[in-house]
Amino acid sequence: MLRIACPYCGERDQVEFAYGGDATSSFPDLADPDLDRWTDAVFIRDNPLGDHREFWQHQHGCRQWLYVVRDTVTHECKSVTPAREAPRAACG
Amino acid sequence: MTHYSAFMLIRKALGRNRGWTRAWRNAEPRAGYDVVIVGGGNTGRNTTIVRSNYMIDGNTRFYEKSLQLWEEMSGDLNFNVMLSQRGQLNLCHSPAQMDAAARRGNIMRMNGIDAELLTPEEVRRKAPILDFSDQARFPIFGALWQQRAGIARHDAVAWGYARGADRHGVDIIQGCEVKGFLWERGRVVGVETTRGAIRAQKVGLAVAGHTSHLAKMAGLRLPIETHLLQAFATEPVKPVLDTVVSFGAAHFYISQDDKGGMVMGSDLDGYNSYGQRGDLPIVEESMACAKALIPLMSRLRVVRQWSGVMDMTMDGSPIICKSPIDGLYIDGGWCYGGFKATPASGWCFAHTLAKDHPHELNSRFTLDRFRRGHQLDEKGMGPTPWAH
Repeated sequence: MLRIACPYCGERDQVEFAYGGDATSSFPDLADPDLDRWTDAVFIRDNPLGDHREFWQHQHGCRQWLYVVRDTVTHECKSVTPAREAPRAACG
Repeated sequence: MTHYSAFMLIRKALGRNRGWTRAWRNAEPRAGYDVVIVGGGNTGRNTTIVRSNYMIDGNTRFYEKSLQLWEEMSGDLNFNVMLSQRGQLNLCHSPAQMDAAARRGNIMRMNGIDAELLTPEEVRRKAPILDFSDQARFPIFGALWQQRAGIARHDAVAWGYARGADRHGVDIIQGCEVKGFLWERGRVVGVETTRGAIRAQKVGLAVAGHTSHLAKMAGLRLPIETHLLQAFATEPVKPVLDTVVSFGAAHFYISQDDKGGMVMGSDLDGYNSYGQRGDLPIVEESMACAKALIPLMSRLRVVRQWSGVMDMTMDGSPIICKSPIDGLYIDGGWCYGGFKATPASGWCFAHTLAKDHPHELNSRFTLDRFRRGHQLDEKGMGPTPWAH
């Protein structure tokens, strides 16, 4: 079982959390009409083998959104921080 | 190459099965080929179901072509792939699901595919072990039935194709990892491997869960995420279920294999992973589904559990097309639909590689469909690959 160390509640089982997907793509400005930038943000992913930056929500806990760096091969969660403190690129 | 036949089987059996020759050559890589296909032999994760009950234009006829190829496969390959067209029940658990099933069935029939809407009594005759009691958590209102659907032996498919390809002069190079691509004036002209450089006029990628990883070596980013999908098999029991059944109340499917084991699977684990090992929440979910659908499952023990990596696309449909890079072609993004698509996937990819343009059947499986807003989203989930 994946265990995620929520910064507010402590380490909990994965079943308490909802996956929020890749945290590295950010939407362009809503007024931006450029199709390529939108396609890139909505559909295209790095899908890395190794460290993956992603969002999780502690749905059955504090309901906070979290920013997690997790290895996609070993499943080790290397860091868990509140999503609002995530790097700018990750916030969209 | 030896031709397999019943006569030969008996002769070899009487000779203590000595003197069988290998099914395909163990080829050494040559310096160059017309086409190099990277991957293309993996059927490891599959729960072996074949069917063609797809509804969206672009998918429907492709999967039907695939099923037709399945029906001829054992003869074509001179290799028994143990296709058993035992039929599939897509269960419905509400009047609304019956309406949706009727719509799907009508679309299938308009495309010349067999489909039949069954009443609960008819479902009961086909699969009496399902829970028809008053206590059923999700009462069965009926089912959409495809008689030509069924199961096949996944290893036999890979072996049969390997032997058939070898017969046609294809070199199958095993234990040879691709480390990068060879380039000439912005064009891919081969692959760099652990066994040296191999040049090719065209390079095709058919690498299941690792399409993004390989494409990255060519500088491409794809509308794909890699996710885990688990499967389970129980201890063998006497025949109790002679059709394929898919649950309508949750994502779950089950069939009984030739050895008697109940083979089943359910949802993705739900987060990006190349880990090839499943996690416990899905084990629990699968078992809960199994128990809700077939009460006697609670008495069986799971003897095998395995997990594979799926390259999930952003709309749940595959990609078979020329990539934006000259000389590089992609057959991937099979989500968890790859096994049933095996023959048509290869057939369309071969056409695309040979003619440099897609066949009508794979003309919508392009990479640029996302940019153009022409997604083939059978489930209507949007760009959340872990939810397809």
